[in-house]
Amino acid sequence: MGQIEWAMWANEQALASGLILITGGIVATAGQFAQWYLGAYSMYPPAAHPSFRAAGVLICLLEYPRGKRSKGSTMERCGQKYLTRAVKVFGPLTSNYYIRAFLHLGLSVPAGFLLATILGTACLAIASSIYLLAAIHGEQWTPIETKPKERPQVGGTIKQPPSNPPPRPPAEARKKPSEEEVAGVPVGGPQENPMPVTDEVV
Amino acid sequence: MMGCWILNESLSIILVLSWLGVNLYLFIDTFCWYEEEESFLYTRVILGSTLAWARASAVCLNFNCMLILLPISRNLLSLMRGTSSCFRGPWRRQLDKNLKFHKLVAYGIAMNATIHILAHLCNLEYYHWSQSPEAEGLVAALSKLGNAPDETYLNPIRTFHTNTITELLRTVAGITGLLISLALILIMTSSTEFIRQASYELFWYTHHVFIIFFIGLAIHGAGRIVRGQTAESLLLHNVTFCREHLAEWQTAARCPVPQFSGKEPSAWKWVLGPVVLYACERILRFWRFQQEVVITKVVSHPSGVLELHMKKRDFKMAPGQYVLIQCPSISSLEWHPFTLTSAPQEDFFSVHIRAAGDWTEALCKAFGADGQALKEPWSLPRLAVDGPFGAALTDVFHYPVSMCIATGIGVTPFAALLKSIWYQCCESQTQWKLSKVYFYWICRDPGAFEWFADLLLSLETRMSEQGKTHFLSYHIFLTGWDENQAFHIALHWDENTDVITGLRQKTFYGRPNWNHEFRQVAYSHPSSNIGVFFCGPKALSKIIQRMCRLYSSADPRGIHFHYNRESF
Repeated sequence: MGQIEWAMWANEQALASGLILITGGIVATAGQFAQWYLGAYSMYPPAAHPSFRAAGVLICLLEYPRGKRSKGSTMERCGQKYLTRAVKVFGPLTSNYYIRAFLHLGLSVPAGFLLATILGTACLAIASSIYLLAAIHGEQWTPIETKPKERPQVGGTIKQPPSNPPPRPPAEARKKPSEEEVAGVPVGGPQENPMPVTDEVV
Repeated sequence: MMGCWILNESLSIILVLSWLGVNLYLFIDTFCWYEEEESFLYTRVILGSTLAWARASAVCLNFNCMLILLPISRNLLSLMRGTSSCFRGPWRRQLDKNLKFHKLVAYGIAMNATIHILAHLCNLEYYHWSQSPEAEGLVAALSKLGNAPDETYLNPIRTFHTNTITELLRTVAGITGLLISLALILIMTSSTEFIRQASYELFWYTHHVFIIFFIGLAIHGAGRIVRGQTAESLLLHNVTFCREHLAEWQTAARCPVPQFSGKEPSAWKWVLGPVVLYACERILRFWRFQQEVVITKVVSHPSGVLELHMKKRDFKMAPGQYVLIQCPSISSLEWHPFTLTSAPQEDFFSVHIRAAGDWTEALCKAFGADGQALKEPWSLPRLAVDGPFGAALTDVFHYPVSMCIATGIGVTPFAALLKSIWYQCCESQTQWKLSKVYFYWICRDPGAFEWFADLLLSLETRMSEQGKTHFLSYHIFLTGWDENQAFHIALHWDENTDVITGLRQKTFYGRPNWNHEFRQVAYSHPSSNIGVFFCGPKALSKIIQRMCRLYSSADPRGIHFHYNRESF
């Protein structure tokens, strides 16, 4: 699998896991208000349920900005440049994939004890192992920098007004007079045509 | 013909709407059945309407899993195209959109799976809760059923002192459900466009997890934990009466203890057919892969174009079709599509491959196209060819006048067509319906297509020999040049043959003025049906379509331009 950067797939998988975790968290909270919630018997107190949603949101925010590929161009996700700035702030915490792998593993364990989020656990665990694979291959997250827009210099290509009257030879021949000027050779006198010009009188 | 046009445009929409309609019908019908069915009344007492949500989405899942394998059975589709009596014109073009349909069905599976998983999560929690000491009345009584020796159970969770996760992992349905969901998620995350373009192998290998998906799906219902009252029990135990008279269940004759049985697994019945078909498809692909492809000629054109002439037994093609080529020594997984550039009348088939990416560059290098020493025939890499696929361009011959418009690389299907015209012109003396072909080629970089210019040159010569100089009228438009080229062109402006192509008809510079072109054609052929065939980008397609509508007259006896979509 030549050009695959494992981090690319890990990123997609982790983003999906984050969404699944959020959905699971919402279902768990909804269950609070349905019949099945029983405070004393369930694994987590109801106050803990929003933390799954928060974990899911955190994962989504972390994974949304795509990292730059080492070879070739990367398709940015829509609107990711704001999150890129935020993620970049954390430096090695977010660019190192070992840390990401362990973070995802850590976040997946508590979700494994609640039925609503068990799928999120499994997906996140898989994402974590793919990130570990990516880290072993030496990959890391680099932000995609937007290149500053190059302002077209108005008048930048016009170096000097032409010094000869028309007919003027094309640009390649035109370059020569300016080089000569730089070299200090004066330009003047009759027009030197680079190719013979005949006057066609019909 | 107008009806054909409407049919062309809207057939895709009609098919998508029918698919959606069938899904909705299955969902709503199953939902209502589970909400109203008597035998599931007691189940509904415990679960509420999440039972119906889970079952309705399950039926839709069955339907979509049945459909998902069909659009990617390439050889089945070719077979359907081959039986031309059933699949004419617009239907055939739908077969070319198979991948889009596959993706659509996949989204359908994802959505239904989400509903199904969420509903069953709730069901499991409901079942667990109804075993708790706090549960009362009918719910508690129903959950206790099955404890005595002659009772059948309704609630698959037998005690409260357990964990729902443990219960999930103890049932066949739970384990297979988890496995199937994981398989589906893995398939979907590795199939995003980004991943497919970056590493096709990852996408392809991970997609094979569908084998686990289908096996899991088939045994998912084996545990039979969706339970309803048996028919015999319904006869003896009147649910409408007995549900209000819970106290009398053990005592009164009217309410004997209800008996329950699990629903039989039905997923395998839906998917067995397509799975068998797909297995045959893979076997066929493997067999075709083993079939010998003899490379008879390799031509290396300038600007990195490689022309390959090949022969394969029982290979029949029509102009405009494409083949999939695989080179095992470069990549054992990648099959790349190339339009056929040879005519059906030739005893070989050819493709022109331009080095535009990793695979094509490696192929050109393997065939010695990068200027190194000539390769011996026995040292050429082996190729496998699958196909031909795609809709044919033969409709061109059904019009008295045809306009063929191509941009850039889109000229390749027309190469096959023009060659075919060339052969038919030489050989048969039969009168065709087709009497005039206008060919427009808009190109930014002419260097890559000098092989096509050769074809046009030989066509030009042949036509004039046969006295049919006015049969083919071609116009080449060059839309990109640099200053050196412009200088060169200006220098040779007055010569007889064109400086770029060497043809007698001069190249035009800049984009064509379509109004002018269409007006000229309309003027020359006042009351004919003119077929317009286009291969190129969407933006231009819209412009041409507009021109066709603009210059077609309202009079049925007047001129009509018929636009044919470019999905060949």
